[in-house]
Amino acid sequence: MNFLTAYSPYLLLLLVLPMIAMLVWQLRVVVRVVVREVVRKVQKKLSYKLSQKLPPEQANDITIAAIDALLPQTQCGQCGYPGCRPYAQAIAEGRAINLCPPGGASTIKALAALLHAEVIPLDSTHGTESERKVAFIREAECIGCTKCIAACPVDAILGSGKHMHTVITAECTGCDLCVEPCPVDCIDMIVALTPLQGWHWQRPQSLPLHPHLISNNQQGQSGR
Amino acid sequence: MSTSTTRTVWPIPGGIYPLDHKQQSLGTAIRQVPLPSQLVIALRQPSHAPAVLCVNVGDHVSKGQCLAQGSDATGLSIHASTSGTVLAITEHAVPNESGLPELCVILQPDGENHWTKLPALADFRNYDAARLISRIAEAGICGLGGGAMPSATKLRAALLNKVHTLVINACECEPFITCDDALMQASADDIVAGIQILLHISAANRCVFAIEDNKPAALNAMRAALTDSGIELVVVPSIYPSGAEKLLIYSLTGSEIATGTLAVEQGFLCFNVSTAHAIARAVVHGEVLVSRITTITGSALVNPGNYCVLLGTPINELLKHAAVDQTKVSSLIHGGSLTGIALTSNNVPVLATSACVIASTAAEIPAAEPEQNCIRCGFCTEVCPVLLLPQQLYWASKSEQLQQATTLNLHDCIECGACSYVCPSHIPLVQYFRATKADIRIAEEKLLMANQSRARFEFHQARKAAEKIQEEQRRATRATLAHQQLEQTATPSLAQAAIAAAMARVKAKKALQDFAAAVDAASNNLTTADSQADNTAAYLPNPDQQDDSR
Repeated sequence: MNFLTAYSPYLLLLLVLPMIAMLVWQLRVVVRVVVREVVRKVQKKLSYKLSQKLPPEQANDITIAAIDALLPQTQCGQCGYPGCRPYAQAIAEGRAINLCPPGGASTIKALAALLHAEVIPLDSTHGTESERKVAFIREAECIGCTKCIAACPVDAILGSGKHMHTVITAECTGCDLCVEPCPVDCIDMIVALTPLQGWHWQRPQSLPLHPHLISNNQQGQSGR
Repeated sequence: MSTSTTRTVWPIPGGIYPLDHKQQSLGTAIRQVPLPSQLVIALRQPSHAPAVLCVNVGDHVSKGQCLAQGSDATGLSIHASTSGTVLAITEHAVPNESGLPELCVILQPDGENHWTKLPALADFRNYDAARLISRIAEAGICGLGGGAMPSATKLRAALLNKVHTLVINACECEPFITCDDALMQASADDIVAGIQILLHISAANRCVFAIEDNKPAALNAMRAALTDSGIELVVVPSIYPSGAEKLLIYSLTGSEIATGTLAVEQGFLCFNVSTAHAIARAVVHGEVLVSRITTITGSALVNPGNYCVLLGTPINELLKHAAVDQTKVSSLIHGGSLTGIALTSNNVPVLATSACVIASTAAEIPAAEPEQNCIRCGFCTEVCPVLLLPQQLYWASKSEQLQQATTLNLHDCIECGACSYVCPSHIPLVQYFRATKADIRIAEEKLLMANQSRARFEFHQARKAAEKIQEEQRRATRATLAHQQLEQTATPSLAQAAIAAAMARVKAKKALQDFAAAVDAASNNLTTADSQADNTAAYLPNPDQQDDSR
């Protein structure tokens, strides 16, 4: 008895300590969850701060520049905007990505990849995709009025008042803007490359798969 | 140095062992093809630049007379293959990949075969490299192995880069082709003369003559001709494609040519054996390139063999001469069976690159099987001689991922066709790769054009803005002057005028600064905008002038 009363606090401790230990062992799961949550919140805050590093207008400029880099820079205005950069700005503000006929399908695809948007066919109300053309001045008919020179967005027409003008073919974007102002209609838009110069290899046409091929497990249907 | 055949040969990676089909065209010596009734001489130039014609329709030309020249030094001279009259200069079908007609001279032979030779430079060692190169250019020699690169262009590049090794390629590794084999047996001495000329021009300190071990007769002929010539004769194992330039250099020396560089940049100059022969004919005998040896072979022919043909001879004449059985022909191929092109018409002329024409039966070259899905067997990777991953390239090509294809080194593909040959799913891999290469090239050209246009457009905008400000400025100054005069007559106020003038000056200065900044931005966008930057000064609004006018 004497022994029990003398050592009772220690015995109690001996009983309680394992219980506390077990409780702590259980709690560690809770602690882990709490710690994880805290870390996640801190990370979120940090990443938020990172994204806020650039002032919004500057971030927007970068987006516009990235979009502009994918546009063909013909400066033709077929999209309804006075140049490629204004259209890039419009796209950044939510305008459709399929309004550029000179860029065509490849530009739409590239824009869709950049903006995580869906690939859509070209809006045919703005024009159709065609091979690259360049302006050609029938020099004998040119009266030297300089109106086409003023219209050219890339300064690709050479000449001066009352003297014959000519197009620097390598600089011409084929925008068509010089054709309209010409008072004597001496400007033609011609295909830039001959068929032979423009020819290149095409991918083999994917043939419809034979129903009996082992790679197709759907009887009678073309596999994919 | 003595000729030796025992020498280390580095085995090339991959490669295939197709049936070589060479025996059927090696039965007889080289034969002549009779003069055809019409010759169609293609005027094709390297890089599609237009040729500059030297003759007109109706002109009478002699054999070897120049018909057309390149527009610059890298062009190729084209000559009349026989004497006769120019009937027409028109577009005509030629053996090419596109199947599109090219500009040709139609020549009606007069049967005289009257040669106009250039003066012979028999003692070629007395002439310097420049003189000999200009002779080779004049004679219109181009790579007869299939590259069609003007030999003069290649030699000029060799002089710019210090060449230490000259490699003569007599491998002829592709099935069916035996024209080089026959040429070596027939005119080994001319070949050696050609090699000596190339050595003299390039000043290379060693020369290696590489031949595959499946040509014993040609090997013996060359061994005899090369004795005591100082030219090493190396026999390489027969494997396709051992004759590809960079692979051959690796086999012979163990040196690899880096991606995107030319062999000549690393001091190796490689010439085909038949080109060496043509060079000897041009320099020593003064004969321009008007004929070549072509292998006409295939089981649909009664008389397959090697023929000496005039360039421009229609292929249907050749086939007629080799006694073709039209009912047996299943495919007509220009070139070898692995890299050649299928002809849709036999009314096409022989070109300088026409090493071989195959009229095959269905049993010999079966028709292409339908393409099936890739089963990822990896055979293509095992046979690729340039260690690419054709299977991965196929996925990238098929899904048009140009960046991925570039990352996988698509541009190192030599289009040998080994991968397509072994593919159990009959996927025309090489065609995918060629199409993707074209797509990458077009995308790069478009990007370049777009960057250039953007720079020019921005410059244009900046110029317009500066001009507008300048105009406004001029008006303001004029108005100030008018006011000044008015006030001078009534109540003169010089101070007011001075303030207005100072403000005008500041405004002009600011416009100038803005414009200069815009020009800087525009010219930084593109390196090619240099010329525009030079023009900038002409458009700059000049503040001093403003002050003077006031």
